[in-house]
Amino acid sequence: MFIPIYFWYSAFVIVLCGILAISLRNPVHSVLAVLVLFFHMAGLYLLLQAEFLAAVQIIVYAGAILVLYLFVLFLVNLKEELKLSAFVPGVWLGRGIAAGLFVLLIWMLPSFTSGIKGNWPSAAVSQAGHTKALGGELFTTYLIPFEIAGLILLVALVGSLVLAARIEGEQSGRSGKRDQNEHPALPPHQEEVQP
Amino acid sequence: MIPLHWYVGLASALFCIGVCGFLTRRNLIMMLLSAELMLNAVNLNLVAMSYYLESLRGHAFTFFIITVAAAEAAIGLGIAIALYQHRRSVHTDSFTDLKG
Repeated sequence: MFIPIYFWYSAFVIVLCGILAISLRNPVHSVLAVLVLFFHMAGLYLLLQAEFLAAVQIIVYAGAILVLYLFVLFLVNLKEELKLSAFVPGVWLGRGIAAGLFVLLIWMLPSFTSGIKGNWPSAAVSQAGHTKALGGELFTTYLIPFEIAGLILLVALVGSLVLAARIEGEQSGRSGKRDQNEHPALPPHQEEVQP
Repeated sequence: MIPLHWYVGLASALFCIGVCGFLTRRNLIMMLLSAELMLNAVNLNLVAMSYYLESLRGHAFTFFIITVAAAEAAIGLGIAIALYQHRRSVHTDSFTDLKG
């Protein structure tokens, strides 16, 4: 009796926070709505006996990714967020596309037939512990994808550093030019800088 | 016991909310956030399927999707900051500069 009530509460909060997140004008409020959504998503993961994924959801999504979003939102100037024309012509066309997709997905839902069952029933997972079971799967069956995931994180790290370094280089170059303009008496390499 | 269709329906609703946000918002950061919503919908779908099909494959997929989402957020927000520094604006109109 408790579990359906909990599911409906979580589903209601998830849908409500999702709609709030895409409709609020202030992006900081949107990120906070998404934070609440992620917490309830972790609650649903707990309901599905995925304790490790619930912890990862809270730590990585709510703790790292959303904080990154908040940092970027505070770095950029929010006052320059202006209303422009929509990605598709008209806001209602985008909403119509989303609603049509939703109807299509729900309409196709009863034709779902379940496939072959695996060898990890919920009793075995709860007996071994979800972290241990998932760790065993990750380090045996999914060892190569695990290594590739590490490589993807390395690429993301290097990419972020490259983007940040390019910004710094542009800014230092701009300030150097300004210094040259402010001190025209000094003989810098103007022939090379301005061909 | 909650039927699987409820979870799939909830994931569909969340995915369509993400699609709606991606199509209607013009702020680049909000579009990235909508993409995160869509990834979360897929994660919920995978975990529910994995629970009802008695397999851990969906959990492993969800783990990798969270990894890729973290990388995507880092790179996407880095690009957003670079665009903002370049054009003092985070709207998607700035992407027309990338066409060369």
